[in-house]
Amino acid sequence: MKAFSYERARSPQQAAAVVAANPEARFIAGGTNLIDLMKLQIEAPRHLVDVQDLDLHRIEAKEDGGLRIGALVSNTALATDERIRRDYGAVARAIMAGASGQLRNKATTAGNLLQRTRCPYFYDTAQRCNKRAPGSGCAAIEGFSRGLGVIGTSEHCIATYPGDMAVALRLFETVVETVDAEGAVRMIPLAEFHRLPGTTPERDTVLEQGEFITAVHLGPPPEGRQFYQKVRDRASYAFALVSVAALLRPDGTGRVAFGGVAPRPWRVEEAEELLPQGARAVTDRAFRDARPTAGNAFKLPLATRTLAYVMAQAKG
Amino acid sequence: MMKFDRPAERNPIDDQTVVGQPTSRIDGALKTTGQARYAYEQHDVVPDQTYGYLVGAGIARGRIRAIDSRAARDLPGVIEVITWENAGDVTYPGGGTPDYLAGPEIQHYHQAVALVVAESFEAARDGAFLLEISYDRAPGRYALPSLAEGDWPAPDEAREGLEPVDSDTVGDFEAAFAAAPVRIEQRYQTSHESHAMMEPHATIAHWADGRLTLWTATQMVGWAQRSLARLFGIEKSDVRVIAPYVGGGFGAKLAIQSDAVLAAMAARKVGRPVKVALTRPMVMNNTTHRSATLQRVRLGAERDGRLTAIAHQGISGNLAEGRHEPAVSQTKLLYAGANRLTAMHMAILDLPKASDMRAPGEAPGLMALEVAMDELAEALGMDPVELRIRNDTQSDPADPERPFSERHLVECLRTGAERFGWSERSTTPGTRRDGDWLLGMGMAAGYRDNLVRQSAARIRLEQDGSLTVETDMTDIGTGSYTILAQTAAEMLGVPLGRVAVRLGDSDFPLSVGSGGQWGANNATAGLYAACVRLRAMICEMLQMPEAEAQFADGAVTGAGRRVELAELVRDEAISAEDRIEYGDLDETHQQATFAAHFVEAAVNAWTGEVRLRRMLSVCDAGRILNPKTARSQVIGSMTMGIGSALMEELAVDAGAGFFVNHDLAGYEVPVHADLPEQEVIFLDHPDAFSSPMKAKGVGELGLCGVGAAIANALYNATGIRLREYPLTLDGMLERLPPLAPPGP
Ligand SMILES: Cc1cc2nc3c(=O)[nH]c(=O)nc-3n(C[C@H](O)[C@H](O)[C@H](O)COP(=O)(O)OP(=O)(O)OC[C@H]3O[C@@H](n4cnc5c(N)ncnc54)[C@H](O)[C@@H]3O)c2cc1C
Ligand code: SF4
Repeated sequence: MKAFSYERARSPQQAAAVVAANPEARFIAGGTNLIDLMKLQIEAPRHLVDVQDLDLHRIEAKEDGGLRIGALVSNTALATDERIRRDYGAVARAIMAGASGQLRNKATTAGNLLQRTRCPYFYDTAQRCNKRAPGSGCAAIEGFSRGLGVIGTSEHCIATYPGDMAVALRLFETVVETVDAEGAVRMIPLAEFHRLPGTTPERDTVLEQGEFITAVHLGPPPEGRQFYQKVRDRASYAFALVSVAALLRPDGTGRVAFGGVAPRPWRVEEAEELLPQGARAVTDRAFRDARPTAGNAFKLPLATRTLAYVMAQAKG
Repeated sequence: MMKFDRPAERNPIDDQTVVGQPTSRIDGALKTTGQARYAYEQHDVVPDQTYGYLVGAGIARGRIRAIDSRAARDLPGVIEVITWENAGDVTYPGGGTPDYLAGPEIQHYHQAVALVVAESFEAARDGAFLLEISYDRAPGRYALPSLAEGDWPAPDEAREGLEPVDSDTVGDFEAAFAAAPVRIEQRYQTSHESHAMMEPHATIAHWADGRLTLWTATQMVGWAQRSLARLFGIEKSDVRVIAPYVGGGFGAKLAIQSDAVLAAMAARKVGRPVKVALTRPMVMNNTTHRSATLQRVRLGAERDGRLTAIAHQGISGNLAEGRHEPAVSQTKLLYAGANRLTAMHMAILDLPKASDMRAPGEAPGLMALEVAMDELAEALGMDPVELRIRNDTQSDPADPERPFSERHLVECLRTGAERFGWSERSTTPGTRRDGDWLLGMGMAAGYRDNLVRQSAARIRLEQDGSLTVETDMTDIGTGSYTILAQTAAEMLGVPLGRVAVRLGDSDFPLSVGSGGQWGANNATAGLYAACVRLRAMICEMLQMPEAEAQFADGAVTGAGRRVELAELVRDEAISAEDRIEYGDLDETHQQATFAAHFVEAAVNAWTGEVRLRRMLSVCDAGRILNPKTARSQVIGSMTMGIGSALMEELAVDAGAGFFVNHDLAGYEVPVHADLPEQEVIFLDHPDAFSSPMKAKGVGELGLCGVGAAIANALYNATGIRLREYPLTLDGMLERLPPLAPPGP
């Protein structure tokens, strides 16, 4: 961890201005991801703007029937909120399937969206990694890639977005609200929020330096039963090998997003249209352009079978 | 010295008023309240402590070209950067142990290349990241050989990079195997494993007047003292090792590691105490691990199930001159059978050093042998429990004149089958279901040798009539404090609460230490010897015939007198020290421990996820000195067995040559949600051949066979036979019930 200076934000715009003006500055919310990365000098900010005092801890009803979730609402608070549990059950279940109780108490909604990949080479500073050290290469492609991405990847990076909550959020009309140094508000659909790596895997999202997340908006609750099925090698406290978030209606239509497979929550609308034809039709389409490694090709049949499991539960 | 060369007769331990009782740990409250100080927490034992942060090599093989430490040295707070160029004289052991501080040659990934010493941990760590180290890479070998089907090196055959290390034959295996009416031939693979004990390696080192003192995390105080003396070329008496509390080891702390050596080197160099703890990402490549194995098992049997031919061959990896993982050793002794072959090869690998981990040999070996037995039972159409009973032996199969001292494996099997409800197991795999889950039961036998080794202790009768026990024995979370207190209390007739136990200090008598499941039996036997001596001294003081003396309720009674122990002590405490040594009873008799493990598993028919539902282990391990601490050893072992079977694997990057998933996010060990109902039953059969305590080891037995029982349960649940550990869902997906409508 490099020595850093520290201040507490007074307003979202002020925080944004400080971080925008200093490329070596970062926001810190719960700190559960950022501090780990700082200890290993994967991130080495020289200035931290602690945003925890900002008034962004509320979940508010919106006129359209949706919800506005403050950026600092903790994962625990979000997963236990009555409205979330009733109308957005997949989100509650996704959060509860992640991390541990202690971490969820500390982790925030915005921080969760921005958690970085769990690629093991990203975590070892002696290894080549384009995401951590742009241009150094990618050690994972030829290496141990069991947990890494099968689709949306590039020859520069095959890492996944590891989180759970964002996968479930993809089922709804979810929009990320940000503010910049000038106070300009931007509404970014979650579908466009996480970037595919292409030639610049060092950028995980479309956020600009200093752009500050103030809230996450959920559209009105849709019809249908909701599911979040997370598959992993141990029963708890592990990232997903594959996860499936699904919204399934009695007529066999619905929405599906996959986690653990791509640099962002993976939802393909054209694939969802095939839901009435069964799980395999959906995953064949959703993963049509998949480029797995020998070590992670099992994620494709696993995604199919996990979706089939969810669809069977919807019927049963 | 007490020589144990005849089977134990009746002695005060047999009373079992204190020994054998399920006493809670006497050190428990110190741990739960944070008062037990582990090595890194000894903040106040010596002033002026500095912090060392270890830097590991970023390549697996090659040479250091240069280390530029200028930026690190300029960092405020940094005191010194220790590298091979300035570390001062040391003599490394060699012989398969890589140098604790590399240079210029690099022998494995994360081998230490520098230690940054600073006034604070943060400065040391920051300094570490400022080092600029350049290397010349060299190619290396990082994977066990891939052998084509039908190809396996003959027992004594050497191949490039593959050395025969141990082989043993009885009768004529090949002929018997060819003639056997029922045969099984299979290969199995176990993975590289990390000990993953809770406390990482940690040391505070301090030099004064040419003497070295270390507060360190070690299982073996005596070994640590001897190793350090050799390294630094000083007398053993000039090294003091202090390790009162150790947060687990599982073999990782049998030998000293880089934390101890570099802390001592650095302390010598900077003239101040230096403390070093390895970070978790460093533990896995910098220190040791259990090697992966390839194993080949061939079993030939008569139609009634009697084994006529048993062959078990294995390959493990290690650095040149290192030791192999003796995965075939139990196969020499577990079952009857006239024709036998066991052989190990070692592949020379440039991975970090492989070394002992809980139940070295048996743990991976039984994960193959006991699955092969399950496969044989199926081929015979026989119940797996019955097959094992039919092949029980009461003597060493290679030498019928050499009986087992005590062997109650059959009772373990029968008791376990009965208590577990084994008869409800479906004999057709893949036919029991609970909704989305496929259910199955599996079992395996467990075997682990009992090792006897000399051990010494001191016991003092204090002025207030209380007792103090001193020995350099360690308690690595196992319960040594408690069973030693129980032993002293039993022998001298003093209440348990009046016994103080002081452990883990090289100034105390040399004990057997913790490892190889030898600690409990030998360390208590050493204390038994000291207690016998103290009793004799007391009798002599009182002129009381020893045969008549009764020690109970804090007093000695005999020859018509009763004397309170407290009254015996005048000015100075009465101190007795002694050592137990062993004759040849472990040669004339095979001493071992036995278990039967039973598992019920559920496998998700859609995803292949495994959830265990029940586990039972029945253990035959001599007298159980404390059923509570012993049970926790077995439960811990069963849990470790779940890890080996289902998730633990140090994944090798076969190009770069290192364990990639080197933290506890990537290297998954079981969490509570993975644990089912776990039950342990001890058959209490004291073994008079093992020691006056009539106890044997239990801390490793619990692991031996668990993985195979899980594998067999998965097979019974699914009909899918997995032979490569860990048994993760990727291996099952293609063979689970098909998705075609109406779904699985
Ligand atoms: C052991 C462990 C296991 C875990 N397991 C899981 C799991 O199974 N599933 C899962 O989904 N997650 C898991 N996590 C990740 C966890 O969910 C994240 O660490 C957490 O959500 C991050 O939130 P935070 O508030 O602590 O973020 P921080 O660490 O504070 O910040 C993370 C990043 O977000 C930026 N940031 C924070 N707030 C804002 C804002 N308002 N605007 C702009 N930028 C901002 C920070 O600058 C930083 O770059 C695990 C974490 C750990 C340590
Ligand atoms: S996959 Fe991405 S994160 Fe992993 S090593 Fe390659 S570039 Fe780095």
